Amino acid sequence: MTPQASAAVTLMMASARAISAPFQNVLLPAGIQADHVHTLWLIMLATCTLVFLAVFIAFVIALWRAPRSNETTQPHTTRTIGLEPGAIRAVSIGAALSAIGLLALIVASVATDRALAGLPLKDGLAIEVTGQQWWWQATYDPGDPVRTFYTANELHIPVGRPVVLKLQSPDVIHSFWVPNLAPKKDMIPGRTITLTLRADKAGIYRGQCAEFCGFQHAKMAFVVIAEEPAQYEQWAQAQRANAKDPADAVAKRGQEVFMSSPCIMCHAIKGTPANATTGPDLTHLASRMTIAAGTLPNTRGHLSEWIANPQSVKPGANMPAVTLSADDLHALVTYLEHLK
Amino acid sequence: MSPRLATALFVFIAVAGGLAACERELRRFEEPASKSVPANAVAAPTLPAASAQAAAPSRNPYEENAYAVAQGQRLFSWYNCVGCHAHGGGGSGPALMDDKWIYGHEPANVYASVIQGRPNGMPSFAGKIPEAQAWQIVAYVRSMSGLLGGASPGRPDAMKATEPPVARDRENPRRVSTPQPQ
Repeated sequence: MTPQASAAVTLMMASARAISAPFQNVLLPAGIQADHVHTLWLIMLATCTLVFLAVFIAFVIALWRAPRSNETTQPHTTRTIGLEPGAIRAVSIGAALSAIGLLALIVASVATDRALAGLPLKDGLAIEVTGQQWWWQATYDPGDPVRTFYTANELHIPVGRPVVLKLQSPDVIHSFWVPNLAPKKDMIPGRTITLTLRADKAGIYRGQCAEFCGFQHAKMAFVVIAEEPAQYEQWAQAQRANAKDPADAVAKRGQEVFMSSPCIMCHAIKGTPANATTGPDLTHLASRMTIAAGTLPNTRGHLSEWIANPQSVKPGANMPAVTLSADDLHALVTYLEHLK
Repeated sequence: MSPRLATALFVFIAVAGGLAACERELRRFEEPASKSVPANAVAAPTLPAASAQAAAPSRNPYEENAYAVAQGQRLFSWYNCVGCHAHGGGGSGPALMDDKWIYGHEPANVYASVIQGRPNGMPSFAGKIPEAQAWQIVAYVRSMSGLLGGASPGRPDAMKATEPPVARDRENPRRVSTPQPQ
């Protein structure tokens, strides 16, 4: 098989897997905030459908009532002076109905905003989310140096508990959007913007950047995993732990490769000398579903591909290609796979 | 000048300028495969810095590209060059926006300073940053004292509080023979 053909097969497999991966659907709300937005959407859809039907029926009636001409009809050459009979009445009724419809939509919109703002935040879970070209960083328990931990492109949240997201961006405007859980919210550089949500149904929901932010805007996705509170606590506890020490010689060699190559300049692995913050924290990389911000499933093959040539996967990404020998790459991936 | 000649000249300048501008704004992501040793120094016990200096071209291909200069600016912060050099004004490290150069102002000199490190605190980045990124940083460093010649203003995507890497007024490079006491 030629390299091109094998690349095509890999791509097809990847996209087949992407279809079976977590989905996003604005019409299937799984949380109270998304529910409010969904209700508003239904009201707007119903109103617009009614308006469309009314206009269409009026149009058909007008066509049906229009006087027909035939070959004996004289051409209409005189200018009509004065208004058509009945026009004022029809236009007034139309304007009044439009005004009433628009007012109703304004009321519905304001009511939805109030409902969104009215989510009780008692016992809320605070998470800082930073969107940057082109990935997401989440900081749990911000401000508490003992409990805080970082993860990337994957949020876990407890079902039934309100979540307060503090959204930030260090570079350009991004927009945080998990259609199943909450309305979208822009992340504006230099500001902290709050988004509140609550998942009421356990599940895995896909989110994405909803504001064009550069070359790889389309490959800036993430997943939100809503799980039972006990399960969430277990996950958070595991994430707070340091990375496991490499168990075997190959993984140990992989760790050496990581620490002595450009990886260490951008990534952090808690419990090792690597503590840079410009790239995603890799302490528990192997526990995540995807790599490169939802671009590839987190498998050994994809991980190797991503390290060896990130620009072929995501052109323009700030991850540089790192030249490694095949043995070193194998060891490095073994080490990374072991960071559960 | 006859009107026809003037038109021809105008078209020539517009086309030539347009072509040069294309190259300037091109964002090249796939770097040619590195000729040098694998990036991690563990696999290569020989000093990569020594060979890098010998191979270093005197002309930096990234200096004529706005995107590369902007990336250099981004990396200048990411790799914490700002920790010592601030945003060019200097701190515990020398200022980079003035006309004083201790180890030379040519791209190859600046590259060697980054890769080999220098006495009194400049660490070596050999094996730590890919070659292409080192050259982008070199381009940005030289832009700070206006040495990029005809190069363009850099256009980082991100909003920055600091000055963009525009072509500044040129500082005439001056050799300072010894490191200045800080």
